[in-house]
Amino acid sequence: MESDFPLLSLLILVPAAGAALVALVPRGNDALARPLAVATTAVVAVLSVIVLAGFDAGDAGFQLAERYVWIADFGVAWNLGIDGISLFLVVLTGLLFPLAVVAVKPTHDDKAYLAWLLLLEAGCIGVFLALDLFLFFVMFEIVLVPMYFLIGGWGYGERVYAALKFFLFTMLGSAFMLVGILTVAFLHQRATGVLTFDLVEIAEAQGAIGQGAARWLFLAFAVAFAVKVPVFPLHTWLPDAHTQAPTAGSVILAGVMLKLGTYGFLRFGLYLFPEAATYFAPLLVTLGVIGIIYGAVVAAVQRDLKRLVAYSSVAHLGFIVLGTFAFTTQGLQGGVIQMVNHGISTGALFLLVGMISDRLHTREIAQLGGLQKAAPVLAGVFTVVMLSSVGLPGLNGFVGEFLVLIGSFPTRRWWAVVATAGVILAALYMLWAYQRAFHGEPQGANATMADMSRRELAVMAPLLAAIVFLGVYPKPVLERIEPAVDRLISHVEDNSGFTQPEVAAGEGERE
Amino acid sequence: MNAGILAQIQPVPTPAIEWSAVSPLLALVGGALLLLTLAALTRSRPPRGFYAAFTVATAVVAMVLSGLQWGRVTDPARGGYSAIGGAVAVDGFSVFFAVVICAAIALGALLSDDYLRREGLDGPELYVLMLLSGTGGLVMAAANDLIVIFLGLETLSIALYVMAGFHLRRLESQESAIKYFVLGSFSSAFLLYGIALVYGATGSTNITAIASFLADNLLVSNGLLLAGFALLLVGLGFKVAAVPFHVWTPDVYQGAPTPVTAFMASAAKAAGFAALLRVFLSTFELYRLDWRPIMWALATLTLVVGSFLAIVQSDVKRMLAYSSISHAGFVLVGAEAASDRGVAGALFYLLAYTFMAVGSFGVATLVGRRGDADHGLDAYRALASRRPVLALAFTVFLLAQAGVPLTSGFLAKFYVIGAAVEAGSYALAIIAMVSAVVSAFVYLRIIVAMYMGGDAAGAPAPALPVPFAAGLGLAVAVAFTVVVGLVPSPVVDFARDAVPIVPAVPELVSTGF
Repeated sequence: MESDFPLLSLLILVPAAGAALVALVPRGNDALARPLAVATTAVVAVLSVIVLAGFDAGDAGFQLAERYVWIADFGVAWNLGIDGISLFLVVLTGLLFPLAVVAVKPTHDDKAYLAWLLLLEAGCIGVFLALDLFLFFVMFEIVLVPMYFLIGGWGYGERVYAALKFFLFTMLGSAFMLVGILTVAFLHQRATGVLTFDLVEIAEAQGAIGQGAARWLFLAFAVAFAVKVPVFPLHTWLPDAHTQAPTAGSVILAGVMLKLGTYGFLRFGLYLFPEAATYFAPLLVTLGVIGIIYGAVVAAVQRDLKRLVAYSSVAHLGFIVLGTFAFTTQGLQGGVIQMVNHGISTGALFLLVGMISDRLHTREIAQLGGLQKAAPVLAGVFTVVMLSSVGLPGLNGFVGEFLVLIGSFPTRRWWAVVATAGVILAALYMLWAYQRAFHGEPQGANATMADMSRRELAVMAPLLAAIVFLGVYPKPVLERIEPAVDRLISHVEDNSGFTQPEVAAGEGERE
Repeated sequence: MNAGILAQIQPVPTPAIEWSAVSPLLALVGGALLLLTLAALTRSRPPRGFYAAFTVATAVVAMVLSGLQWGRVTDPARGGYSAIGGAVAVDGFSVFFAVVICAAIALGALLSDDYLRREGLDGPELYVLMLLSGTGGLVMAAANDLIVIFLGLETLSIALYVMAGFHLRRLESQESAIKYFVLGSFSSAFLLYGIALVYGATGSTNITAIASFLADNLLVSNGLLLAGFALLLVGLGFKVAAVPFHVWTPDVYQGAPTPVTAFMASAAKAAGFAALLRVFLSTFELYRLDWRPIMWALATLTLVVGSFLAIVQSDVKRMLAYSSISHAGFVLVGAEAASDRGVAGALFYLLAYTFMAVGSFGVATLVGRRGDADHGLDAYRALASRRPVLALAFTVFLLAQAGVPLTSGFLAKFYVIGAAVEAGSYALAIIAMVSAVVSAFVYLRIIVAMYMGGDAAGAPAPALPVPFAAGLGLAVAVAFTVVVGLVPSPVVDFARDAVPIVPAVPELVSTGF
């Protein structure tokens, strides 16, 4: 569906322009930078809500599509579109960034910090909206630079090492993807005579690429996404990057940037190479489940609270990978909604950990005893967010995990069984950490810790509201995701030997 | 009686000189001679920056003159042509390299302006040498005869030997000049021998004649020709610093005056590649099954050695030297593809790389301070707090060299790797991308030093002036890098239309070759 008003382009260009404006604020007027950044992110949030409101729930195709020729010689175009899968990721990004900007003040160099954050927002939204392989790669890679500078410039002790590891590890994965993108475009040209990087055009011409080539190409793409997600064993950059990043950096890294990988699996892995996806599904599902258990076990033995949350991300994203490669409607729906849920709850967790570490200057759980007595509101908010992360029914985490488990049971039974154990492990490490950090008598400085300020409460309130709302009434979200997911599964079924197992429907509608 | 003898003398057949075909060359040479003469004849000191401005003006004039040829050579009805008895070819390829080399001259002159004053070496000599060296480069790109390529190579190189030793008070500069001279002469000898072998195999040194000979005749025993290929590759490989002919590069780049290094890294490399591409992809195109594997091996070695050895360096000029070796590897990847897209990719890469290299070495010129010796990583520590705009410019150049999107460097890598993939060289494409990631480590180290290096060892950092000319040059380079990263289509089309051709040479036909 074409659109006259370039709403999607605005979503990308507004933060980019905001970044340029913030960087150009004259040296004397540094105080202008922060309101400008907040205003920019607010505009983007409003635009994303407008997109959400105008979204046609029944349409499985790409809406608000725009296409402008960029490099004619290569067949590269500025090609944007949004569907059920990317819609909520864009909204998540739009709503998480203003909170990250407002919640935390950087320790130095406000202008550069805010400019990098805005550029990061433009890149993240660009990844979710790109329908052209070249444009997707550009956006996918460009987000590395601002995050590298944010971690390296404003992070904690080991920040330079963490930033370097993050950048090089991710770039190496993407290097393979670049070769894959070029190969798929040129193979498509060899078969059809047209050189193009248009995702839909290449994906719909499924006969053009041979099965062997498609499997290699899927691997090339999968390496890049597997590093980004991260899938065990390519996850080793994540704990360092998350722990050493400044609070806003961690929030965005966990909340949005990890989703770039899982989104890539859906939009590019499954859509471009459906047969190869079914071929490699057992491998990826296995790695995902290993990640769930491994992430949970390692999280349980962490001494640093932030590192514990980082490893919990590995575990949660294992669920998303499991759901994605189960190839059932519920599984994929669960995967997509879990992306959103994980973004909200882990983003909130990092904000809370940031508040604690700013007050007490430590993240060691052993030194954090008895915070509940000192800061009951903080403890209460932490409880809700923690329980959402654990997957307590009634909160948003449960919806995603439940759908993933139900969705993977028909096709990947024993993996689902093992993954369910992961839910219990999540409860283990989270509740144990909460008990050690919040319960008991506060020692020393902990007793005089300040409770949440009004600004912090204002930042956490929308997240809490989303956590509860999505936990109780996820239907509007699920019904917008379903058409796109169904279409993707039929695409996979049409082009491979896989068929989705029929689940006998009971009386009444399944919601 | 005399009149009778005179009447029997046959006039010597001389080729017609089409002045318009070589007008860019004439502009450069004319400018050089004019500058030398002016400086020798005028007694008073010229105004500040006069020499640099004159050089820039000359380079711009030459660029405009070659641009005027573009319309004719890209017209499908008329196309490229040969001139001066088939010795010179005027096609999109020669126009493209005229633009690249003139841009390198202009930027190099802008960087040299304050440098020469700062080091006490002011005078027209460096500029004259730069113009003459550039002339040699243009000749190499526009040559239609192997001997003319050699002529251009020698003109380019001899001027460069002198330029490398230009800093009279630095021993490293003298050393680099001697090294460059000895190794360069040695490799020129290889090149000449290769030309001789090719002459023996095909009967001519004229590219059109060679190409038509190879097209008309099947060589049963082609050992002579293949040996000629190998030696040509050695000679030209030295010029472009391909591994294993790269050994001179780190020492010469490090020792030479930094603006000269900037010129060497851009113009000399471009000229070497011009000759390499024209000779192999145009003349010996029919024999690509023979030379492609060698090119593959050269590209792989160059990429791997260039990127890995850059990591262990502590001197920024040496790091940039090794990274320029790895960039040559990328251009070789485009050459290995042996297709039109490969050549276009190689050309795009050379143009993008010229601006990145001159920009990077330009920053090194400024940071090197008086004496041109301050090139360790420590000199860059906390540059971001002292000179934020300069640090940002250097960051742009480094990220462009790493291949980060929205810069010309990314487009260049994309183009070259695309050509390799189209030609089926998947392994080479993967090696190239992995080596790009490895060399990214080098660039990030420098960025870390600039931004996250903390304060420079407590002592107050000495002032780092950014003179107007150098600032202008850096600004142009940054603008080109970023703008082409965002809107690459004009340059992509420019490179695509610049594929070399083998022009028809009427003189050969008339002599019944």
